[in-house]
Amino acid sequence: MNIHASTSRAPAPVLRVEGLSKQFEMHHLQRTLFAFDNIGFRLDEGEFILLTGENGAGKSTLLRTLYRSYLPRAGHAYYHTREGVIDLAAAADVDIAVLRRREIGFVTQFLNARPRVAAEEIVAEPLRLAGTPHAEALEQARRWLTAFGVKSQLWPAYPSTFSGGEQQKVNLARALILPQRLLLLDEPTASLDRDARRALVERLAELKASGVAMIGVFHHPEDVASLVDREIRLETIRIADGADDVAE
Amino acid sequence: MKLSELTRPWSAFSYGFLDESAKREIRRRILKAIAVPGYQVPYASREVPIARGWGTGGLQVTLTLLKPDAVVKVIDQGADDSVNASSIRKFVSRVGGTVETGDTTQATLIQSRHRIPEEKLREDQILVLQVPNPEPLRPVQPDMSVAREMHADADYGQLWLILYEQLVRSGRIMQGASYPSMVNGRHVMTPSPIPRWDVPKLNRADHLTILSAGREKRIYAVPPYTSVEPLVFDDVPYRVEDHQDKACWRSGVRGFFMNELPQEDGSSLYELSDSHFGIKHIRKAAGEAVSIGETWYRNGRMAR
Amino acid sequence: MTAPGVAAPTGLERQPPRLMLARPILTMRGVARRYGDVQALAGVDVTVYPGEVLGIVGESGSGKSTLLRMMNLEDTPDAGTYHLALAGREPAGPDGRNLFTLDRFQRRMLRAIHIGIVYQNPHLGLRMGHTSSGNVAERLLIAGNRNFAELRQRAREALEASEFPVARMDARPNTLSGGMQQRVQLAKAIALEPAVLLLDEPTTGLDVSVQALVLDTLKRLQRDRAITMVLVSHDLGVIRTMADRVMVMRCGEVVEEGLADQIFQDPQHEYTQQLVHAKL
Repeated sequence: MNIHASTSRAPAPVLRVEGLSKQFEMHHLQRTLFAFDNIGFRLDEGEFILLTGENGAGKSTLLRTLYRSYLPRAGHAYYHTREGVIDLAAAADVDIAVLRRREIGFVTQFLNARPRVAAEEIVAEPLRLAGTPHAEALEQARRWLTAFGVKSQLWPAYPSTFSGGEQQKVNLARALILPQRLLLLDEPTASLDRDARRALVERLAELKASGVAMIGVFHHPEDVASLVDREIRLETIRIADGADDVAE
Repeated sequence: MKLSELTRPWSAFSYGFLDESAKREIRRRILKAIAVPGYQVPYASREVPIARGWGTGGLQVTLTLLKPDAVVKVIDQGADDSVNASSIRKFVSRVGGTVETGDTTQATLIQSRHRIPEEKLREDQILVLQVPNPEPLRPVQPDMSVAREMHADADYGQLWLILYEQLVRSGRIMQGASYPSMVNGRHVMTPSPIPRWDVPKLNRADHLTILSAGREKRIYAVPPYTSVEPLVFDDVPYRVEDHQDKACWRSGVRGFFMNELPQEDGSSLYELSDSHFGIKHIRKAAGEAVSIGETWYRNGRMAR
Repeated sequence: MTAPGVAAPTGLERQPPRLMLARPILTMRGVARRYGDVQALAGVDVTVYPGEVLGIVGESGSGKSTLLRMMNLEDTPDAGTYHLALAGREPAGPDGRNLFTLDRFQRRMLRAIHIGIVYQNPHLGLRMGHTSSGNVAERLLIAGNRNFAELRQRAREALEASEFPVARMDARPNTLSGGMQQRVQLAKAIALEPAVLLLDEPTTGLDVSVQALVLDTLKRLQRDRAITMVLVSHDLGVIRTMADRVMVMRCGEVVEEGLADQIFQDPQHEYTQQLVHAKL
């Protein structure tokens, strides 16, 4: 399972997925929902992969499986941490929790906003958890809120009271404030206005240049066209027993 | 059935009233109490011809320690002449053939309720204190078997909590008598209802103090030269009653623990609580040849 | 170690090689306890990592509260081991020793200094007749602090950290609202910076709005002080708000364990699926 980094100048791998499959066992329905089957690809440092496919092809499911919000059914996802190689498909929960804190980011359009926490504090939190002093973390947080076009009056307010678009900006600022090694992007532009989309793409370009590997699903793929290195297309799996419904 | 069949033939009482097995048991308990300072040793409290709660615990210890050449002093709240003190003293001298005295310096055995004499006790003297409630943890732990576990664990945080609460609510420590005190750095005891004024007299004293509760059936002791430290916070010093400046209206003596005598006009007079100590001062002032012993307090301060 | 009934991982080993990115602070192995005919715990393993919130969810009678009582050393199991890493602290019991073998005194000291607990019922955790600050100070007193000014100061700090209005620090808990009583319990529990904070249904019985405020305080404490917490609740909403990892218990057994988002988004066990779908 060890992957030996080649001695040449070839880009270092971040993620190597082999035979990854996911299906959902719905016990109360006595039914299995298939999401994707036998997926394999490799993602290098600074590489950007665009996931495409029909609705229900399992694009989001794949991202969530890599993030381990979903448990894969089979296969491997070897992730090269700063401290060694680990199989995301089988790693212990606590290791995943640590990686999520330090190296792997998940950016989605949904914000799980906590009540009574100011927007700027939410954005600054990843930095604070990483040990940045409070004042400095807040300063950076405000810079990113500005970049994403969140008005300064909103900084001390609670995002749970914001509109969807504003919540999304806060969410993005938080997700992107720490340079990660691997970013999983689940339709991050979905409810953004044009300015915010531009800020996001700028930030992604910056992160890509610094070596962050990214894989994502985009509602408007043209937004990130300049960043995409490769495209992976997922095919919808028909359920074997002939029923015509599909997973997710 | 005749009365003579049911009763044993008459014989004289044992020396010191208590039978020999009772005295032997109490002596053994006293030895254990001395060996573990401040630890409450249970004993089988006997009937004595005074009512429970009137000093039966102290009396049993006194009777156990009697010998014909003992000189016995009995005091009640500092007074030698109260009915209870006189009765006990007379009873002891009758069953033990001992000498009665009011003079602290003359006595070899002193039984007391609620006071320690002002004159310093010596190595050859024994102080017996009557104790109504021997358990310092009772206010915080009504279950005595749990309280014993707490003693075993030296789990005394709640006693400090009571002091904390008093300081928060009243700005000062309200505990007057029975001030809980740590003996030999290990067991917290209640020093019996003596005033705060008297507690420092127990600390590293020359004499042996035996405390006995007849109703509660517990004996504990402070051996000579044993530390007795009232529970206090580091930054809130222990305070005795403010009697330093009070003068006894009868003897004119100052700087000792006083009884307050409220007057009709709302003011108060004070007199020495240790009555025989006052009498000695009055006699000395009248020109009699009276020797007054060294005192624990000098000029109203604990002398050490 | 999947319980019977877990469907998914065919051919997928869920006990993987560890990178050891984190070392556990609390480990329990094979904890079993029987009360009469009831097997309250049937060999439960628990691992808690520093700074995380482990949520334990289950219906009443699932054994989750019994398990928490074991963690608080209030009861001894029939079988099992219990270790706490007390690095950098005065070891209350010799390090590496099974805490279930400690005697009463050692347990008391360990509980008094290294373990904090907040009960659902404040009467279990507080002396209602004493002041709130006194309740907090008691924990410091047990640890040997004998300085009145310092006790006041540290009690005030702990109450402030629990977002209790310090102007009322000398009010008796029985004059306070339920939410405030829980904050006093919390202040008492964190006054000595415990190795682990045990929360037994801490917000059950509170109004929903008050519950949210108390949970928010807990979140803040966890974020600002990295306090390790074990949270027991039957309320999936509470667990979802608070927990990093979740253990699902039923009839004294752990039926499923995983990252909180995985448990809620992709539950594996039939029972967990029922639980999650019934609530969401």
